Amino acid sequence: MELKKLVEDLQVVDNTRLNHRHFILELLAPEKFPLILPGQFVQVLVEDSPSTFLRRPFSIHSVDYQKNTLRLLIQIKGPGTAQLSKLKSGDHLNLIYPLGNSFSLPFTKDVLLVGGGCGVAPLLFLAQFLNQNNIHPTILLGFRTKEEVSEIETYSAYGKVLVITDDGTEGEKGLVVDHSIFQKERLEFKKIFCCGPDAMMKAVAKIARMHRIDCEVSLENTMACGFGVCLCCITPTDKGNERVCVEGPVFNINRLKWQ
Amino acid sequence: MPDLSIHIAGLHFKNPVTTASGTYGYGDEFRDFMDLGKLGGIFVKAVTGKNRDGNAYPRMAETPSGMLNSVGLQNKGVDHFCHEIYPKIKDFNTHIIVNVSGSTVEEYVEVAERINELDNVPAIELNISCPNVKLGGMAFGTVPAMATEVTAEVRKVYKKVLMVKLSPNVTSITDLAKAAVDGGADVITLINTLLGMAIDVERRRPILSTITGGLSGPAIKPVALRMVWQVHKAVHVPIIGLGGIMNATDAIEFLLAGASAVQVGTANFIDPTVSVKIVDGIEAYMTRHKVKSVSELIGALRTE
Repeated sequence: MELKKLVEDLQVVDNTRLNHRHFILELLAPEKFPLILPGQFVQVLVEDSPSTFLRRPFSIHSVDYQKNTLRLLIQIKGPGTAQLSKLKSGDHLNLIYPLGNSFSLPFTKDVLLVGGGCGVAPLLFLAQFLNQNNIHPTILLGFRTKEEVSEIETYSAYGKVLVITDDGTEGEKGLVVDHSIFQKERLEFKKIFCCGPDAMMKAVAKIARMHRIDCEVSLENTMACGFGVCLCCITPTDKGNERVCVEGPVFNINRLKWQ
Repeated sequence: MPDLSIHIAGLHFKNPVTTASGTYGYGDEFRDFMDLGKLGGIFVKAVTGKNRDGNAYPRMAETPSGMLNSVGLQNKGVDHFCHEIYPKIKDFNTHIIVNVSGSTVEEYVEVAERINELDNVPAIELNISCPNVKLGGMAFGTVPAMATEVTAEVRKVYKKVLMVKLSPNVTSITDLAKAAVDGGADVITLINTLLGMAIDVERRRPILSTITGGLSGPAIKPVALRMVWQVHKAVHVPIIGLGGIMNATDAIEFLLAGASAVQVGTANFIDPTVSVKIVDGIEAYMTRHKVKSVSELIGALRTE
Protein backbone atom coordinates (compact mmCIF):
# COMPACT_ATOMS: atom_id res chain seq x y z
CA MET A 1 0.00 0.00 0.00
CA GLU A 2 1.24 3.46 -0.82
CA LEU A 3 0.46 6.94 0.47
CA LYS A 4 -1.46 8.38 -2.42
CA LYS A 5 -4.26 10.92 -2.46
CA LEU A 6 -7.35 10.09 -4.47
CA VAL A 7 -10.35 11.98 -5.73
CA GLU A 8 -13.19 9.57 -6.37
CA ASP A 9 -16.83 8.67 -5.83
CA LEU A 10 -17.58 6.38 -2.90
CA GLN A 11 -20.91 4.64 -2.46
CA VAL A 12 -22.97 5.21 0.67
CA VAL A 13 -23.66 1.79 2.18
CA ASP A 14 -25.09 2.99 5.48
CA ASN A 15 -26.30 6.18 7.15
CA THR A 16 -26.99 5.75 10.86
CA ARG A 17 -28.50 8.52 12.93
CA LEU A 18 -26.95 8.55 16.43
CA ASN A 19 -29.07 11.37 17.84
CA HIS A 20 -30.69 14.63 16.75
CA ARG A 21 -27.44 16.13 15.48
CA HIS A 22 -24.94 13.32 14.83
CA PHE A 23 -24.86 10.60 12.18
CA ILE A 24 -22.40 8.11 10.73
CA LEU A 25 -21.89 7.56 7.01
CA GLU A 26 -20.31 4.32 5.88
CA LEU A 27 -18.75 4.63 2.43
CA LEU A 28 -17.57 1.91 0.05
CA ALA A 29 -14.58 2.66 -2.18
CA PRO A 30 -14.58 1.46 -5.81
CA GLU A 31 -11.05 0.11 -5.52
CA LYS A 32 -8.76 -1.13 -2.79
CA PHE A 33 -7.95 1.63 -0.30
CA PRO A 34 -4.54 3.25 -0.24
CA LEU A 35 -2.83 3.27 3.16
CA ILE A 36 -4.96 5.36 5.54
CA LEU A 37 -3.63 6.42 8.93
CA PRO A 38 -5.47 7.42 12.14
CA GLY A 39 -5.88 11.19 12.31
CA GLN A 40 -6.21 11.63 8.56
CA PHE A 41 -9.28 13.25 7.06
CA VAL A 42 -11.37 13.46 3.89
CA GLN A 43 -12.76 16.41 1.92
CA VAL A 44 -16.38 15.80 0.98
CA LEU A 45 -18.12 17.41 -1.96
CA VAL A 46 -21.65 18.37 -0.91
CA GLU A 47 -24.07 18.34 -3.82
CA ASP A 48 -27.54 19.89 -3.93
CA SER A 49 -26.70 22.46 -1.26
CA PRO A 50 -26.53 25.81 -3.07
CA SER A 51 -24.92 27.68 -0.17
CA THR A 52 -22.16 25.09 0.24
CA PHE A 53 -19.46 26.13 -2.21
CA LEU A 54 -16.36 24.45 -0.78
CA ARG A 55 -15.82 20.87 0.30
CA ARG A 56 -16.25 19.94 3.96
CA PRO A 57 -13.44 18.26 5.90
CA PHE A 58 -14.20 15.30 8.20
CA SER A 59 -11.93 13.07 10.26
CA ILE A 60 -11.94 9.41 9.37
CA HIS A 61 -13.86 7.64 12.14
CA SER A 62 -12.81 4.10 11.20
CA VAL A 63 -11.55 2.06 8.27
CA ASP A 64 -12.45 -1.52 7.37
CA TYR A 65 -9.87 -2.78 4.86
CA GLN A 66 -11.71 -6.11 4.43
CA LYS A 67 -14.95 -4.46 3.38
CA ASN A 68 -13.09 -1.53 1.78
CA THR A 69 -15.29 0.92 3.67
CA LEU A 70 -14.59 3.95 5.80
CA ARG A 71 -16.89 5.71 8.23
CA LEU A 72 -17.39 9.41 8.95
CA LEU A 73 -18.96 10.72 12.16
CA ILE A 74 -20.65 13.99 11.27
CA GLN A 75 -22.33 16.70 13.32
CA ILE A 76 -25.11 18.67 11.64
CA LYS A 77 -23.94 22.28 11.77
CA GLY A 78 -25.26 23.97 8.65
CA PRO A 79 -26.90 23.36 5.26
CA GLY A 80 -23.98 21.23 3.98
CA THR A 81 -23.97 18.73 6.82
CA ALA A 82 -27.80 18.75 6.86
CA GLN A 83 -27.72 17.74 3.20
CA LEU A 84 -25.23 14.95 3.95
CA SER A 85 -27.48 13.65 6.74
CA LYS A 86 -30.13 12.89 4.10
CA LEU A 87 -27.92 10.56 2.04
CA LYS A 88 -29.26 7.03 1.51
CA SER A 89 -27.66 3.69 0.75
CA GLY A 90 -26.71 3.60 -2.90
CA ASP A 91 -26.06 7.36 -3.16
CA HIS A 92 -22.57 8.46 -4.13
CA LEU A 93 -20.30 10.94 -2.45
CA ASN A 94 -17.15 12.45 -3.97
CA LEU A 95 -14.16 12.44 -1.65
CA ILE A 96 -10.58 13.68 -1.75
CA TYR A 97 -8.68 11.40 0.62
CA PRO A 98 -6.72 10.44 2.63
CA LEU A 99 -5.44 13.88 3.67
CA GLY A 100 -3.15 15.23 6.36
CA ASN A 101 -0.68 13.62 8.73
CA SER A 102 -1.52 11.17 11.49
CA PHE A 103 -1.24 10.49 15.19
CA SER A 104 2.12 8.92 16.01
CA LEU A 105 2.62 5.41 17.35
CA PRO A 106 3.56 5.97 21.00
CA PHE A 107 6.58 4.38 22.72
CA THR A 108 4.47 3.56 25.78
CA LYS A 109 1.44 1.47 26.65
CA ASP A 110 0.12 4.06 29.14
CA VAL A 111 -1.99 5.94 26.67
CA LEU A 112 -5.02 8.19 27.22
CA LEU A 113 -7.36 9.28 24.44
CA VAL A 114 -9.50 12.33 25.16
CA GLY A 115 -12.35 13.35 22.89
CA GLY A 116 -15.10 15.90 23.18
CA GLY A 117 -18.25 16.27 21.10
CA CYS A 118 -17.62 15.57 17.43
CA GLY A 119 -13.90 15.50 18.26
CA VAL A 120 -14.30 11.88 19.28
CA ALA A 121 -14.40 11.02 15.55
CA PRO A 122 -10.70 10.22 14.86
CA LEU A 123 -10.19 8.49 18.23
CA LEU A 124 -12.02 5.29 17.29
CA PHE A 125 -9.71 4.76 14.31
CA LEU A 126 -6.75 5.61 16.56
CA ALA A 127 -7.90 3.12 19.23
CA GLN A 128 -8.14 0.40 16.58
CA PHE A 129 -4.65 1.24 15.34
CA LEU A 130 -3.24 1.21 18.89
CA ASN A 131 -4.83 -2.21 19.52
CA GLN A 132 -3.11 -3.58 16.44
CA ASN A 133 0.10 -2.50 18.15
CA ASN A 134 -0.87 -4.14 21.46
CA ILE A 135 -1.78 -0.90 23.17
CA HIS A 136 -5.08 -0.76 25.03
CA PRO A 137 -5.69 2.90 25.81
CA THR A 138 -7.95 4.53 28.36
CA ILE A 139 -10.57 6.43 26.37
CA LEU A 140 -12.20 9.46 27.99
CA LEU A 141 -15.17 10.76 26.03
CA GLY A 142 -17.03 13.98 26.79
CA PHE A 143 -20.56 14.69 25.59
CA ARG A 144 -23.10 17.45 26.22
CA THR A 145 -25.76 15.14 27.56
CA LYS A 146 -26.88 11.48 27.83
CA GLU A 147 -28.76 11.61 24.53
CA GLU A 148 -25.49 12.31 22.69
CA VAL A 149 -23.50 9.53 24.35
CA SER A 150 -22.99 6.94 21.64
CA GLU A 151 -20.87 4.04 20.44
CA ILE A 152 -19.57 3.28 23.92
CA GLU A 153 -19.67 -0.47 23.22
CA THR A 154 -17.70 0.06 20.04
CA TYR A 155 -14.96 1.96 21.86
CA SER A 156 -14.98 -0.56 24.73
CA ALA A 157 -13.61 -3.24 22.39
CA TYR A 158 -10.36 -1.28 22.22
CA GLY A 159 -9.82 0.01 25.75
CA LYS A 160 -11.32 1.17 29.02
CA VAL A 161 -13.95 3.81 28.34
CA LEU A 162 -14.79 6.69 30.69
CA VAL A 163 -17.68 9.05 30.06
CA ILE A 164 -18.36 12.56 31.27
CA THR A 165 -21.33 14.74 30.33
CA ASP A 166 -21.74 18.49 30.74
CA ASP A 167 -24.96 17.98 32.67
CA GLY A 168 -24.04 14.77 34.49
CA THR A 169 -26.85 12.74 32.92
CA GLU A 170 -24.35 10.00 32.16
CA GLY A 171 -20.94 9.23 33.70
CA GLU A 172 -19.30 12.01 35.66
CA LYS A 173 -20.48 15.61 35.47
CA GLY A 174 -18.52 18.47 33.92
CA LEU A 175 -16.01 19.13 31.15
CA VAL A 176 -13.47 16.44 30.23
CA VAL A 177 -10.76 18.14 32.28
CA ASP A 178 -13.02 17.94 35.35
CA HIS A 179 -12.96 14.13 35.20
CA SER A 180 -11.61 12.38 38.31
CA ILE A 181 -8.73 10.77 36.37
CA PHE A 182 -7.17 14.23 36.14
CA GLN A 183 -7.70 15.08 39.83
CA LYS A 184 -4.66 13.15 41.04
CA GLU A 185 -1.24 14.32 42.06
CA ARG A 186 0.40 11.94 39.60
CA LEU A 187 -1.26 10.77 36.41
CA GLU A 188 -0.60 7.25 35.22
CA PHE A 189 -0.37 8.19 31.51
CA LYS A 190 2.74 8.82 29.45
CA LYS A 191 0.96 9.87 26.26
CA ILE A 192 -2.27 11.75 25.59
CA PHE A 193 -4.04 12.02 22.23
CA CYS A 194 -6.77 14.63 22.15
CA CYS A 195 -9.39 15.90 19.74
CA GLY A 196 -12.29 18.26 20.36
CA PRO A 197 -13.16 21.93 20.59
CA ASP A 198 -10.18 24.30 20.79
CA ALA A 199 -10.89 25.33 24.39
CA MET A 200 -11.05 21.68 25.46
CA MET A 201 -7.78 20.79 23.73
CA LYS A 202 -6.06 23.80 25.29
CA ALA A 203 -7.30 22.76 28.74
CA VAL A 204 -6.06 19.17 28.20
CA ALA A 205 -2.74 20.51 26.89
CA LYS A 206 -2.36 22.54 30.07
CA ILE A 207 -2.80 19.42 32.20
CA ALA A 208 -0.39 17.47 29.99
CA ARG A 209 2.23 20.18 30.32
CA MET A 210 1.75 20.38 34.09
CA HIS A 211 2.32 16.64 34.42
CA ARG A 212 5.00 16.52 31.71
CA ILE A 213 2.99 14.09 29.60
CA ASP A 214 3.62 14.00 25.87
CA CYS A 215 0.46 15.18 24.10
CA GLU A 216 -0.78 15.32 20.51
CA VAL A 217 -3.89 17.20 19.44
CA SER A 218 -5.87 17.12 16.22
CA LEU A 219 -6.81 20.64 15.14
CA GLU A 220 -9.93 21.72 13.33
CA ASN A 221 -9.69 24.66 10.98
CA THR A 222 -11.63 26.22 8.14
CA MET A 223 -9.99 25.15 4.90
CA ALA A 224 -10.68 25.64 1.22
CA CYS A 225 -8.64 22.90 -0.49
CA GLY A 226 -7.50 20.42 2.17
CA PHE A 227 -4.35 19.42 0.30
CA GLY A 228 -1.97 22.28 0.90
CA VAL A 229 -2.38 24.83 -1.85
CA CYS A 230 -4.78 27.53 -0.61
CA LEU A 231 -2.80 28.33 2.57
CA CYS A 232 -6.00 29.26 4.41
CA CYS A 233 -5.94 26.79 7.33
CA ILE A 234 -2.68 27.85 8.93
CA THR A 235 -1.77 27.63 12.60
CA PRO A 236 1.27 29.30 14.18
CA THR A 237 3.94 26.74 15.17
CA ASP A 238 7.62 26.72 16.07
CA LYS A 239 8.27 26.69 12.30
CA GLY A 240 6.05 29.69 11.49
CA ASN A 241 2.60 29.44 9.96
CA GLU A 242 2.01 25.81 9.06
CA ARG A 243 -0.89 24.27 7.17
CA VAL A 244 -3.31 22.29 9.33
CA CYS A 245 -4.24 20.21 6.24
CA VAL A 246 -0.70 19.04 5.41
CA GLU A 247 1.65 19.54 8.37
CA GLY A 248 -1.38 18.73 10.55
CA PRO A 249 -4.12 18.17 11.54
CA VAL A 250 -2.17 16.40 14.33
CA PHE A 251 0.40 18.48 16.18
CA ASN A 252 2.43 17.83 19.28
CA ILE A 253 1.44 20.56 21.76
CA ASN A 254 5.11 21.50 22.16
CA ARG A 255 5.07 22.79 18.60
CA LEU A 256 1.98 25.01 18.99
CA LYS A 257 1.96 28.59 20.21
CA TRP A 258 -0.58 27.85 22.93
CA GLN A 259 1.39 28.83 26.04
CA MET B 1 -8.82 16.56 -34.10
CA PRO B 2 -9.12 20.26 -33.28
CA ASP B 3 -5.92 22.19 -32.61
CA LEU B 4 -5.93 23.57 -29.07
CA SER B 5 -2.44 25.03 -29.23
CA ILE B 6 -1.92 28.75 -29.09
CA HIS B 7 0.91 31.29 -29.25
CA ILE B 8 0.98 34.04 -26.66
CA ALA B 9 3.66 36.71 -27.06
CA GLY B 10 5.72 34.21 -29.06
CA LEU B 11 5.36 31.48 -26.45
CA HIS B 12 3.75 28.23 -27.58
CA PHE B 13 1.10 26.74 -25.26
CA LYS B 14 -0.22 23.22 -25.97
CA ASN B 15 -3.68 24.43 -24.97
CA PRO B 16 -5.19 27.59 -23.47
CA VAL B 17 -5.83 26.12 -20.00
CA THR B 18 -3.48 27.12 -17.19
CA THR B 19 -3.85 27.24 -13.42
CA ALA B 20 -3.95 30.43 -11.38
CA SER B 21 -1.26 31.48 -8.95
CA GLY B 22 -2.14 30.79 -5.32
CA THR B 23 -4.56 28.00 -6.18
CA TYR B 24 -2.19 25.37 -7.53
CA GLY B 25 0.78 25.48 -5.15
CA TYR B 26 3.89 24.63 -7.13
CA GLY B 27 2.05 22.00 -9.17
CA ASP B 28 3.61 19.16 -7.22
CA GLU B 29 0.60 19.01 -4.89
CA PHE B 30 -1.60 17.91 -7.82
CA ARG B 31 0.54 15.07 -9.15
CA ASP B 32 -1.50 12.41 -7.33
CA PHE B 33 -4.65 13.70 -9.00
CA MET B 34 -3.75 14.45 -12.61
CA ASP B 35 -1.11 14.55 -15.34
CA LEU B 36 0.39 18.04 -15.18
CA GLY B 37 1.52 17.60 -18.79
CA LYS B 38 -2.07 18.02 -19.92
CA LEU B 39 -2.01 21.70 -18.93
CA GLY B 40 -1.02 24.65 -21.07
CA GLY B 41 0.86 26.04 -18.09
CA ILE B 42 1.08 26.42 -14.35
CA PHE B 43 1.27 29.81 -12.64
CA VAL B 44 3.00 28.97 -9.37
CA LYS B 45 2.41 30.56 -5.97
CA ALA B 46 3.58 34.17 -5.58
CA VAL B 47 7.28 34.65 -4.87
CA THR B 48 8.56 37.69 -2.96
CA GLY B 49 12.06 38.89 -2.10
CA LYS B 50 12.11 37.57 1.44
CA ASN B 51 10.20 35.01 3.49
CA ARG B 52 6.67 36.11 4.37
CA ASP B 53 4.54 34.50 7.07
CA GLY B 54 1.34 35.90 5.58
CA ASN B 55 -1.64 37.09 7.58
CA ALA B 56 -3.09 35.73 10.82
CA TYR B 57 -5.84 33.12 10.96
CA PRO B 58 -8.74 33.24 9.97
CA ARG B 59 -7.78 33.73 6.35
CA MET B 60 -10.84 32.36 4.61
CA ALA B 61 -14.59 32.86 4.53
CA GLU B 62 -17.00 30.95 2.34
CA THR B 63 -19.44 33.31 0.62
CA PRO B 64 -22.29 32.83 -1.87
CA SER B 65 -20.79 31.13 -4.94
CA GLY B 66 -17.30 31.97 -3.85
CA MET B 67 -14.83 32.59 -1.08
CA LEU B 68 -12.81 35.37 0.48
CA ASN B 69 -9.15 34.88 1.30
CA SER B 70 -6.52 36.95 3.02
CA VAL B 71 -3.46 34.72 2.80
CA GLY B 72 -1.12 37.69 2.34
CA LEU B 73 1.50 36.22 -0.03
CA GLN B 74 2.84 33.61 2.40
CA ASN B 75 5.97 32.14 0.80
CA LYS B 76 9.58 31.44 1.68
CA GLY B 77 11.16 34.01 -0.60
CA VAL B 78 12.98 33.97 -3.93
CA ASP B 79 16.14 32.24 -2.64
CA HIS B 80 14.12 29.32 -1.36
CA PHE B 81 12.18 29.20 -4.61
CA CYS B 82 15.30 29.11 -6.79
CA HIS B 83 17.17 26.54 -4.69
CA GLU B 84 14.48 24.30 -3.19
CA ILE B 85 11.39 24.51 -5.39
CA TYR B 86 12.63 25.18 -8.91
CA PRO B 87 14.79 22.03 -9.17
CA LYS B 88 11.74 19.90 -8.32
CA ILE B 89 9.39 21.49 -10.84
CA LYS B 90 11.62 22.61 -13.70
CA ASP B 91 11.11 19.45 -15.75
CA PHE B 92 7.31 19.37 -15.64
CA ASN B 93 5.97 18.84 -19.14
CA THR B 94 4.23 22.22 -19.15
CA HIS B 95 5.15 25.90 -18.85
CA ILE B 96 6.09 26.97 -15.34
CA ILE B 97 5.33 30.66 -14.93
CA VAL B 98 6.27 32.47 -11.74
CA ASN B 99 4.00 35.04 -10.07
CA VAL B 100 6.31 37.83 -8.89
CA SER B 101 5.18 39.97 -5.97
CA GLY B 102 6.61 42.68 -3.78
CA SER B 103 6.10 45.71 -1.57
CA THR B 104 8.44 48.04 -3.41
CA VAL B 105 9.57 48.53 -7.00
CA GLU B 106 13.02 47.34 -5.89
CA GLU B 107 11.59 44.09 -4.54
CA TYR B 108 9.72 43.35 -7.78
CA VAL B 109 12.91 44.05 -9.75
CA GLU B 110 15.05 41.90 -7.45
CA VAL B 111 12.72 38.91 -7.73
CA ALA B 112 12.26 39.31 -11.51
CA GLU B 113 16.02 39.46 -12.00
CA ARG B 114 16.50 36.21 -10.10
CA ILE B 115 13.69 34.42 -11.95
CA ASN B 116 15.14 35.64 -15.26
CA GLU B 117 18.12 33.34 -14.62
CA LEU B 118 15.96 30.22 -14.45
CA ASP B 119 16.13 28.53 -17.87
CA ASN B 120 12.87 26.61 -17.60
CA VAL B 121 10.71 29.55 -16.59
CA PRO B 122 9.69 31.21 -19.88
CA ALA B 123 7.59 34.00 -18.37
CA ILE B 124 6.71 35.85 -15.19
CA GLU B 125 3.41 37.28 -14.07
CA LEU B 126 3.87 40.56 -12.25
CA ASN B 127 1.37 40.60 -9.40
CA ILE B 128 0.44 44.25 -8.95
CA SER B 129 -2.97 43.30 -7.67
CA CYS B 130 -2.81 41.38 -4.38
CA PRO B 131 -5.40 42.98 -2.07
CA ASN B 132 -4.07 41.33 1.09
CA VAL B 133 -0.78 43.03 1.83
CA LYS B 134 -0.37 46.34 3.61
CA LEU B 135 2.36 47.68 1.39
CA GLY B 136 2.59 47.49 -2.38
CA GLY B 137 0.59 44.77 -4.06
CA MET B 138 -2.67 46.26 -5.17
CA ALA B 139 -1.42 49.84 -4.74
CA PHE B 140 0.69 49.34 -7.87
CA GLY B 141 -2.30 48.02 -9.72
CA THR B 142 -4.76 50.79 -8.95
CA VAL B 143 -2.72 53.87 -9.92
CA PRO B 144 -1.84 53.90 -13.64
CA ALA B 145 1.45 55.81 -13.22
CA MET B 146 2.63 53.31 -10.62
CA ALA B 147 1.63 50.37 -12.83
CA THR B 148 3.67 51.82 -15.67
CA GLU B 149 6.65 52.49 -13.42
CA VAL B 150 6.90 49.05 -11.83
CA THR B 151 6.35 47.32 -15.18
CA ALA B 152 8.99 49.47 -16.87
CA GLU B 153 11.55 48.87 -14.12
CA VAL B 154 11.00 45.11 -14.27
CA ARG B 155 11.10 45.26 -18.07
CA LYS B 156 14.67 46.56 -17.86
CA VAL B 157 15.90 43.41 -16.12
CA TYR B 158 13.48 40.75 -17.33
CA LYS B 159 14.23 39.46 -20.82
CA LYS B 160 11.50 36.89 -21.37
CA VAL B 161 7.71 37.13 -21.59
CA LEU B 162 6.41 39.70 -19.11
CA MET B 163 2.82 39.32 -18.02
CA VAL B 164 1.12 41.81 -15.70
CA LYS B 165 -1.79 40.71 -13.51
CA LEU B 166 -4.35 43.44 -12.95
CA SER B 167 -6.68 44.19 -10.07
CA PRO B 168 -10.41 44.61 -10.70
CA ASN B 169 -10.61 47.10 -7.83
CA VAL B 170 -10.41 50.13 -10.12
CA THR B 171 -12.81 52.48 -11.85
CA SER B 172 -11.35 52.00 -15.32
CA ILE B 173 -9.66 48.67 -16.03
CA THR B 174 -8.65 49.84 -19.50
CA ASP B 175 -6.57 52.70 -18.04
CA LEU B 176 -4.60 50.19 -15.97
CA ALA B 177 -4.20 47.80 -18.90
CA LYS B 178 -2.88 50.63 -21.09
CA ALA B 179 -0.56 51.72 -18.29
CA ALA B 180 0.92 48.22 -18.00
CA VAL B 181 1.35 47.98 -21.78
CA ASP B 182 3.04 51.41 -21.75
CA GLY B 183 5.47 50.01 -19.19
CA GLY B 184 6.33 47.12 -21.49
CA ALA B 185 3.91 44.32 -20.59
CA ASP B 186 3.74 41.58 -23.25
CA VAL B 187 0.57 40.06 -21.83
CA ILE B 188 -2.20 41.24 -19.52
CA THR B 189 -3.64 38.82 -16.98
CA LEU B 190 -6.97 39.68 -15.40
CA ILE B 191 -8.62 39.62 -12.95
CA ASN B 192 -7.16 39.18 -9.47
CA THR B 193 -9.64 38.97 -6.59
CA LEU B 194 -12.29 41.58 -5.84
CA LEU B 195 -11.95 43.28 -2.47
CA GLY B 196 -14.74 42.15 -0.15
CA MET B 197 -15.66 41.30 3.42
CA ALA B 198 -17.77 38.96 5.52
CA ILE B 199 -19.26 39.45 8.99
CA ASP B 200 -20.17 37.07 11.82
CA VAL B 201 -23.30 38.74 13.23
CA GLU B 202 -23.39 36.62 16.42
CA ARG B 203 -19.96 37.88 17.44
CA ARG B 204 -20.34 41.22 15.59
CA ARG B 205 -16.89 40.66 14.19
CA PRO B 206 -15.34 40.37 10.75
CA ILE B 207 -14.66 36.76 9.78
CA LEU B 208 -11.23 37.51 8.33
CA SER B 209 -8.36 38.59 10.59
CA THR B 210 -7.63 41.35 8.07
CA ILE B 211 -11.31 42.45 7.98
CA THR B 212 -11.28 42.64 4.17
CA GLY B 213 -10.03 40.03 1.71
CA GLY B 214 -10.10 38.94 -1.90
CA LEU B 215 -13.25 37.45 -3.38
CA SER B 216 -12.90 34.63 -5.90
CA GLY B 217 -15.09 31.96 -7.44
CA PRO B 218 -18.14 32.05 -9.74
CA ALA B 219 -19.44 35.13 -7.89
CA ILE B 220 -16.88 37.28 -9.74
CA LYS B 221 -17.15 35.71 -13.19
CA PRO B 222 -19.47 38.34 -14.75
CA VAL B 223 -17.15 41.14 -13.58
CA ALA B 224 -14.10 39.31 -14.93
CA LEU B 225 -15.73 38.66 -18.30
CA ARG B 226 -16.73 42.29 -18.66
CA MET B 227 -13.19 43.43 -17.89
CA VAL B 228 -11.61 40.96 -20.33
CA TRP B 229 -13.97 42.24 -23.00
CA GLN B 230 -13.18 45.89 -22.29
CA VAL B 231 -9.42 45.32 -22.20
CA HIS B 232 -9.55 43.21 -25.37
CA LYS B 233 -11.02 46.19 -27.19
CA ALA B 234 -8.59 48.67 -25.62
CA VAL B 235 -5.13 47.11 -26.00
CA HIS B 236 -3.38 44.98 -28.61
CA VAL B 237 -1.49 42.57 -26.37
CA PRO B 238 -2.79 39.07 -25.59
CA ILE B 239 -4.95 38.58 -22.52
CA ILE B 240 -5.07 35.69 -20.09
CA GLY B 241 -8.47 35.66 -18.43
CA LEU B 242 -9.52 34.35 -15.07
CA GLY B 243 -12.22 34.79 -12.46
CA GLY B 244 -14.65 32.09 -11.40
CA ILE B 245 -13.98 29.57 -14.16
CA MET B 246 -15.51 26.27 -13.00
CA ASN B 247 -15.94 24.37 -16.27
CA ALA B 248 -15.23 24.39 -20.02
CA THR B 249 -18.25 26.59 -20.79
CA ASP B 250 -16.93 29.29 -18.47
CA ALA B 251 -13.49 29.02 -20.08
CA ILE B 252 -14.96 29.35 -23.59
CA GLU B 253 -16.84 32.48 -22.48
CA PHE B 254 -13.48 34.06 -21.59
CA LEU B 255 -11.97 33.06 -24.95
CA LEU B 256 -14.95 34.55 -26.80
CA ALA B 257 -14.63 37.76 -24.75
CA GLY B 258 -11.06 38.13 -25.95
CA ALA B 259 -8.77 36.03 -23.74
CA SER B 260 -6.08 34.01 -25.54
CA ALA B 261 -5.84 31.65 -22.59
CA VAL B 262 -7.49 31.15 -19.23
CA GLN B 263 -6.43 30.40 -15.69
CA VAL B 264 -8.43 28.06 -13.49
CA GLY B 265 -8.26 29.16 -9.86
CA THR B 266 -10.63 28.53 -6.98
CA ALA B 267 -12.20 25.57 -8.85
CA ASN B 268 -8.96 23.62 -8.20
CA PHE B 269 -9.84 23.57 -4.49
CA ILE B 270 -13.15 21.86 -5.16
CA ASP B 271 -12.08 19.49 -7.92
CA PRO B 272 -8.30 19.07 -8.25
CA THR B 273 -8.82 17.46 -11.68
CA VAL B 274 -11.06 20.22 -13.07
CA SER B 275 -8.36 21.81 -15.26
CA VAL B 276 -7.97 18.60 -17.30
CA LYS B 277 -11.75 18.35 -17.65
CA ILE B 278 -11.77 21.92 -18.98
CA VAL B 279 -9.17 21.03 -21.64
CA ASP B 280 -11.31 18.06 -22.70
CA GLY B 281 -14.47 20.19 -22.63
CA ILE B 282 -12.98 22.87 -24.89
CA GLU B 283 -11.93 20.17 -27.34
CA ALA B 284 -15.44 18.68 -27.33
CA TYR B 285 -16.95 22.15 -27.93
CA MET B 286 -14.58 22.74 -30.86
CA THR B 287 -15.47 19.39 -32.40
CA ARG B 288 -19.18 20.10 -31.97
CA HIS B 289 -18.86 23.56 -33.54
CA LYS B 290 -16.36 22.45 -36.18
CA VAL B 291 -13.72 24.86 -34.94
CA LYS B 292 -10.32 23.79 -36.29
CA SER B 293 -8.07 26.00 -34.16
CA VAL B 294 -8.72 27.45 -30.74
CA SER B 295 -7.40 30.79 -32.01
CA GLU B 296 -10.63 31.09 -34.02
CA LEU B 297 -12.51 31.46 -30.72
CA ILE B 298 -10.46 34.32 -29.30
CA GLY B 299 -12.54 37.49 -29.25
CA ALA B 300 -15.08 35.75 -31.51
CA LEU B 301 -18.05 37.16 -29.60
CA ARG B 302 -20.83 38.21 -31.99
CA THR B 303 -22.28 41.56 -30.98
CA GLU B 304 -24.18 42.61 -34.10
